[in-house]
Amino acid sequence: MTTEPRSRIRRGHLIATAVGAAIATVLVLMLNRNVTIRQAEALQTSFMVVPIDETTVDPAQWGKNFPRQYDGYLRTADKYSTTYGGAGSDGMPKSRLEEDPRLVTIFDGYAFAVDFRLRQGHAHMLEDQRTTKRVTERPQTGACLHCHASNTVAYREAGLRHGAPGALTDAFASSSAQQQLMKGFEEICKLPYEEATMLVSHPVACIDCHDPKTMALRVTKPGFLRGIDALAKSGEPLPHLPSIERWRSGDRAKPYDPNTDGSRQELRSMVCGQCHVEYYCGPKATLFFPWNKGLKVEQIEEYYAEYKFANGAPFTDWTHARTGAPMLKAQHPEFEMWSQGIHARSGVSCADCHMPYRREGAIKISDHHVRSPLLDITRSCQACHRFPESELLARVATIQHRTKMLMDRAEDALVQLIDDLGRSKQAGADASRLQAAFALHQKAQWRVDFVNAENSMGFHAPQEAARILGEAIDFARQGQLAVRDANGR
Amino acid sequence: MTASSSFRFAAFTASATIGVLAGAGSYTFVKAEGLSYMSDDPAVCVNCHIMREQYDGWRHGPHRAVATCNDCHLPHDTLLNKLFVKGSNGWNHSREFTLQGFAEPIRIKPGNSQVLEANCRRCHATAVGDITAHGTLGVPSDPLQQADLYGCVRCHQSAGHGPTR
Repeated sequence: MTTEPRSRIRRGHLIATAVGAAIATVLVLMLNRNVTIRQAEALQTSFMVVPIDETTVDPAQWGKNFPRQYDGYLRTADKYSTTYGGAGSDGMPKSRLEEDPRLVTIFDGYAFAVDFRLRQGHAHMLEDQRTTKRVTERPQTGACLHCHASNTVAYREAGLRHGAPGALTDAFASSSAQQQLMKGFEEICKLPYEEATMLVSHPVACIDCHDPKTMALRVTKPGFLRGIDALAKSGEPLPHLPSIERWRSGDRAKPYDPNTDGSRQELRSMVCGQCHVEYYCGPKATLFFPWNKGLKVEQIEEYYAEYKFANGAPFTDWTHARTGAPMLKAQHPEFEMWSQGIHARSGVSCADCHMPYRREGAIKISDHHVRSPLLDITRSCQACHRFPESELLARVATIQHRTKMLMDRAEDALVQLIDDLGRSKQAGADASRLQAAFALHQKAQWRVDFVNAENSMGFHAPQEAARILGEAIDFARQGQLAVRDANGR
Repeated sequence: MTASSSFRFAAFTASATIGVLAGAGSYTFVKAEGLSYMSDDPAVCVNCHIMREQYDGWRHGPHRAVATCNDCHLPHDTLLNKLFVKGSNGWNHSREFTLQGFAEPIRIKPGNSQVLEANCRRCHATAVGDITAHGTLGVPSDPLQQADLYGCVRCHQSAGHGPTR
């Protein structure tokens, strides 16, 4: 009778211990499973589900092997906006012409005065080009596709049709593949846009920046391949592109080739520089990057000033409808502006900020959802700048706000020069006496446009942007003085 | 069932489940390379892949020849304190890596910052004694104390992990 309650208590302890140990075992096994998963993730980061080669344009095929990167790539279709960029969440992106009516005056007589909207993500590039009034209402050429479509294969197919040697399956680096690419590029540039656009079906895709066998970064756009070689041959110091400096000090037997000479870190900017640059893509010459003298605004201007079209005519994009001055149009010189900034000088590439590393489990991938770093400051900026997000955001806002204030002044000065010139012409001033003012109009507008068209509101190189805008204001006011002198006051 | 047989059954069950727990536990411990964490080998810090960038940076940085992770990141005043900091960091790291709840990039916390600072001064005392004598070092130039890097590493950021890019 005395042992009974004692043993019941001890039995209770034993049962509690058994239950506790069982629960702990379950937890340990869950941990074991977690460890197994993490270890397995680190072993293999990609899986070859479907074969891909130099003929595979469709990113969905690549996406089967690289689902994480493909997920990010697809999300470039997302709509977003920041203070000075992005197209917002509505159907059609906002019109920049409605936002800033000065641009209608500035681009008078040019397609940009017809339709000019805020940019959208990569996924929209081809449909946006096919629907803009700049293309539907003005005749354009196939050159536009250089940067709005995946065209590596389209160019090579066209090259083969026009007698280039080899086959489409040739390795991209082979001489035959390069001949196909360049031949096809020149042929497609000549076609009317409506005809050329039938030859492509995807916006920028995996194959434009990656080798299908090794996934190594590579440059495939002919404009960049020619442009960077011309830049390498110039005397311009390029401390942020050390492989070019190295090539220059060699025997220069072969042209500079970013795909063999460039480092991986340089290619992380160069693949973006295939399109985010200044170029000529009109009907009067094959598309080219004006980098023969360097990447700065006045070096490009100087190259254009010396350039002659095949018919001997001097280089110009269009004639301003109100003043009659020959004009230059800046595209989107991000690569050029970045080249002048502190980030390039410190070895930071485009991808470091616009495609920061992201982790999924134990796997680290670069984010293929390419977008403004302001939307992911933690990953984009804080990897180097160990400050709170609000502090970093405030720094960027200060730079962009200052640039915008200065750009507003520059645009005002430019519009006032255009008004003065227009009035002088209406009053019957002799065009020969206005030549000095025309030249100053071109110089001022080229500089305003260089900063305005560049997608960073000065951030890629704040001091350079301010220098350019300062010059723009000076040239515009000098232009007004030249008009006054021509009017004989 | 008699009282003694039911007691024996409970005793057997308890022993068996404890045995299974011990087996599963030691298997998991070995599989997760648990013993390696008792060492000072820097390679241990990349067991879970998250610190790969810091590890690679250290291997290319100027301190790789003279200091390991633990030399800078663990206190060296008393063994007890060293084990406590190692244990609490180990617990935090494994919990976060298992549950995957942490924000990136990973950033040093104020407590660990102090440990780091003390270790800079432990080795470089002769060189920096005059600078630190008046307590000017270690006062963050960020008045809100929200920046990660205080004291020595605020300027000598690349000393431990090499250039950031």
